Amino acid sequence: MYSFTPTEEQQMLLDAVKRYADQDMRPAAREADEKSELPRDLIEKGWELGVLQASIPEDYDGFGEYSTLTGVLAAEAMAYGDLSTALAVMTPNLFALPIFFSGSEEQKKEYLPAVIAAEWKAYTAALIEPTFNFDPWELTTSAVLAGDSIVISGEKTYVPYAAEAEAMIIYANLDGETQGFIVPQGTEGLSVGERQKTLGLHAYPLYSVTLDKVKIPADNRLNGSEGHSLKSIMASSQVALAAMAVGVAQAAFEYAVDYAKEREVFGVKVAQKQSIAFMIAEMGTDIEATRLLAWEAAWMLDEGKDEADKHAYLAYNCAVDTVMMVTDQAVQILGGHGYIREHPVEMWMRNGRGFAAFTGLALV
Amino acid sequence: MISFEMPKPLVQTRTVVKTVAENMMRPVSREMDENEHEIPWAYIQFMHTAMKALGGSSMAADDPPKKKEQDPKKEKRPSINYQCLMVMVEMLSWGDAGIYLCTPGGMLGAAAVGAAGTPEQKKRFLSLFQGKEPVFDAMAMTEPEAGSDTSAIRATAVLDEKTNEWILNGEKIFVTAGHKALVDSKGFIVVWASLDLEAGRAGIRSFIIEADTPGCKVTKMEEKLGIRASDTVSIVMQDCRLPFDNILGSPTIEKSTKGYKGAMATFDATRPIVAASALGVARAALEFVHEKLAEENITIRYGLPRQKMTNLEREVIDMETQLRAAWLLTVKALWMADNKKSNALIASMSKVKAGKVATIITQKAVEIMGPVGYSQEYLLEKWFRDAKINDIFEGTGQINLLVVARNILGYRGSQLR
Repeated sequence: MYSFTPTEEQQMLLDAVKRYADQDMRPAAREADEKSELPRDLIEKGWELGVLQASIPEDYDGFGEYSTLTGVLAAEAMAYGDLSTALAVMTPNLFALPIFFSGSEEQKKEYLPAVIAAEWKAYTAALIEPTFNFDPWELTTSAVLAGDSIVISGEKTYVPYAAEAEAMIIYANLDGETQGFIVPQGTEGLSVGERQKTLGLHAYPLYSVTLDKVKIPADNRLNGSEGHSLKSIMASSQVALAAMAVGVAQAAFEYAVDYAKEREVFGVKVAQKQSIAFMIAEMGTDIEATRLLAWEAAWMLDEGKDEADKHAYLAYNCAVDTVMMVTDQAVQILGGHGYIREHPVEMWMRNGRGFAAFTGLALV
Repeated sequence: MISFEMPKPLVQTRTVVKTVAENMMRPVSREMDENEHEIPWAYIQFMHTAMKALGGSSMAADDPPKKKEQDPKKEKRPSINYQCLMVMVEMLSWGDAGIYLCTPGGMLGAAAVGAAGTPEQKKRFLSLFQGKEPVFDAMAMTEPEAGSDTSAIRATAVLDEKTNEWILNGEKIFVTAGHKALVDSKGFIVVWASLDLEAGRAGIRSFIIEADTPGCKVTKMEEKLGIRASDTVSIVMQDCRLPFDNILGSPTIEKSTKGYKGAMATFDATRPIVAASALGVARAALEFVHEKLAEENITIRYGLPRQKMTNLEREVIDMETQLRAAWLLTVKALWMADNKKSNALIASMSKVKAGKVATIITQKAVEIMGPVGYSQEYLLEKWFRDAKINDIFEGTGQINLLVVARNILGYRGSQLR
């Protein structure tokens, strides 16, 4: 049977995230963007909602059951509040979830309880490389097996919280396959560069990371010597990003609708002009369609359906365009006011364009 | 709990209907396209018999209530009638969108009766489909000077108080399957007319005209870009007398547009069904593209970053994404209809999206396939022509955008024209 109604538990979580988004994230977002700094207590408050903690089973000190769908619902609601804050709250996911999906039992036992301990702590991952031709399946960062060790060399970019992270997963090319390696902070050869400046996400601390013959025990490879597939990590990233793009789009959409119903032109509200009303109709339609694609893909992943990976990719593919179109149109509907930093739409538009480049930057 | 699992009965329906589409539709697709105004009787007879055997007599989701003993212990399951209709319409349109429109049994007319009719009317008119011979219905709304703007309708209905009959006068155009409803079978059409031209939309009601009613004539059969298997006709009513009970809904004109709105509510069910038809044509075109690419050993690589995709991959993946997006909107719209949730917004969204997507996909497919796409050796060029109607009938894309916008903005028609 089809159903489009979240469970009661999911709804309670959504309500809590929505309150956090409205009351905490939104009021703080602009200042955080201007100062390029997120207040730690804001992140802490989001962490206390326990989205990640609730998706890790009790065996690893969590208190729930993993569900991609729940993660997707929460990710949308988070990103609706503020994308930088949402990504910050979710940064430990980048470390914990690949271990949960693909790590060995020992790795899960060793790392998961530490990550989901009471306080938010920076645990991160490094996937993206500084070339336009970046492809997660064909990384240039290399990993070479040397006896009981693995030696990693290369350049990474867009590594969240790299400067203060306790540990990170570094993705590297091992014999043509992308594999994750757990690298603790302070490992010799691992150097964190300057904080990076990007078109959007000003509040979210992203760093470049250089790996100069970083030597780690071979056991630090995700799932040890057996290794793992990148598939579930990519699918998780794709549905997470799709949902978060929908959240950003929904924020811009609602703001533009409110504005258009207030603003007078030629004796009527600007929303009463068909050219504007039609933009709003298309924005609303594409947001709902994209949301359903993300939900369906998440549901397929949870159910282990054939082609779930493909649907995650399609949802992401759609969301990248939807969020750009919607945030751009929101700026357009506000006209000159949309271009002024007093309104949030220009920030959402800058954040929105990033989704094509955010591969692996969010996981659910 | 959110779920995208297609209900089991629908999976079966889909398999059965696919066989029909493959065996009864595709083989005659080209022939029916080339011989406009010929009627696909073999398909019609087959569908009539098959649907009767299956217990359903029409494709209307609201069949006359069946006398079925309900087990009181059993929890009542939510209906899946509209979702079932969607599966059928999508698959039949994948077979042939023109022939699909020749499916006997209740279509738009029955939907109107289902949405606005009294229990007696439902029983009386929907039972017409249960006879030995296949019967058709149609919806007559558009006039030469009134398309999407139904307030401009000039057809009139006047009550003759002596005989207690309605007298209808006026002309209707673009009536889909009107010829089959009135001439080729003993069916009926639902006609929109005004009780009081001064009252604007508040005065508009729908009436049922049965076949062989004196004063009602089919006057013209249109020649079209696509869906040629389906007849599109003009109808003239000249002092056409109808029994009093043939009015759908309230006969009194209130100040409000309640009656009119009741009639418009029909669209909340029919628009996603039209969307389903669009999806079927689009899927046919997209599958054709995949087949032809496979013949040339070209594989579409899913999962690549955008800068690494070929243009062909980008196009095909976009088509696939958009088709799925429109499909999901349609499923949700009809799931809401089945669960008696108000679906005006998403019903129009699904129609906007599917109409647009089907048009773009078929156009892109012809483009990508080059000389193969443009050739009449294959059905792709026909699907290109068939698909376009979905962005026009049952409310053009633009009218549906207007409906979506009004719903989002909370505006009445007077606030957003």
